[in-house]
Amino acid sequence: MEIPDQHNNRQKTAAQIEKEVWAILENVADPEVPVLSVVDLGVVRNVQALATQSEENWKIVVSYTPTYTGCPAMDTMKMNMRLALIQAGYKNVDLTQVLSPAWTTDWMTEAGKDKLKAYGIAPPQYKQLVCTPDSFQQEEAIPCPRCNSYHTRLVSQFGSTACKALYQCNDCKEPFDYFKCH
Amino acid sequence: MNSSLLNYTLQLADNALIIGHRNSEWCGHGPILEQDIAISNIALDYIGQARNFYQYAAKLTGNGATEDSLAYLRDAIDYKNCLLTELPNGDWAQTTLRQFFFSTYQYFLYQQLQQSTDQQLAAIAEKAFKEVTYHLRWSSEWVIRLGDGTEESRGRMLHAIDELWSFTGELFEGDSYEQQAVNDGYGVVLQDIRNSWMKKVATVFEEATLPIPAGNIWMQSCGKKGIHTEHLGFILAEMQFLQRAYPGAEW
Repeated sequence: MEIPDQHNNRQKTAAQIEKEVWAILENVADPEVPVLSVVDLGVVRNVQALATQSEENWKIVVSYTPTYTGCPAMDTMKMNMRLALIQAGYKNVDLTQVLSPAWTTDWMTEAGKDKLKAYGIAPPQYKQLVCTPDSFQQEEAIPCPRCNSYHTRLVSQFGSTACKALYQCNDCKEPFDYFKCH
Repeated sequence: MNSSLLNYTLQLADNALIIGHRNSEWCGHGPILEQDIAISNIALDYIGQARNFYQYAAKLTGNGATEDSLAYLRDAIDYKNCLLTELPNGDWAQTTLRQFFFSTYQYFLYQQLQQSTDQQLAAIAEKAFKEVTYHLRWSSEWVIRLGDGTEESRGRMLHAIDELWSFTGELFEGDSYEQQAVNDGYGVVLQDIRNSWMKKVATVFEEATLPIPAGNIWMQSCGKKGIHTEHLGFILAEMQFLQRAYPGAEW
């Protein structure tokens, strides 16, 4: 693949470059929930364009935070972010992990939530009801992404990936994933 | 190099790795599919925690160690995990009761560790605390479900208490590097954790109609010093074989 020349970038400001980088990252998908981008997920925390003297002109620093500590998709996301930036001509890229503040589903974009629902995964509730250690607590009422019924039940707090819980709709019987508040 | 900080970090990493490894043994063998997925998820969270702590520990050594060399190339005597984490899984009652004991401990430990003066430890604890909350809720529900369940399930939970109780004391018995960690302001005071732990265990046991063992029972210890049961050797043999036989192998 031909890598675009960054020659034109010399005239741009850092803010313009950062805007471009955000746009590139908006097309990098979460490999496990491919309708979401790393930006939708809230994994990308910050983008900085630093002017350099070298021929690359700009050094791009992307700060990211993992969703769950053991999320196996994180390494793939990192690699794909780097590849996407290289393809766009940004070769000098620094990916920095930040752990604090810890990732929360509150950072998911509204667009991301809509995409999740259309994909068949119930998005995290608007009012954050995060897990507490109390046993057998009342469950959140999660609407079925298929028929919108609130008459659903929790099957398990742990689903096909770390970020999801298993639910079933009592009306249309559809088993579905819920992207749980975290 | 601050050897107390390194040992303190390694102990947090080793605990997570070993109990994570034990839980991963259930993958494909869980009693029903949803619970198989649940315990595998918990195992994955632990591997994630362990990686974060090992990466930090590797940096602290300053001698070129990596997260992999710390996990794959240290022998049992160098491992500082509590004995509770290395015990065989037993049946589902024993696995979920151990998870409950350990998750309760980790819940209060990480809650406090978030205030550590060491920023990296505090950041890892902040992140892991959210995950441990799920583990604690899940495991306490199993203790209640089985303890207050059928004659069979209750019998198994009583047996699990007999098997595991004497390994809970070590969680709160600080080794010298933990005392140093407290003195230096980045470690957690284990006595405070113990009180919160006892309270939570009492609450859940009451709901599960299970008896709390008498207070003067002999407690096992020394895992934190590197003196382990024979079980750890078998775990390491399985986990480390490939890197020992084919150093640096990747795929």
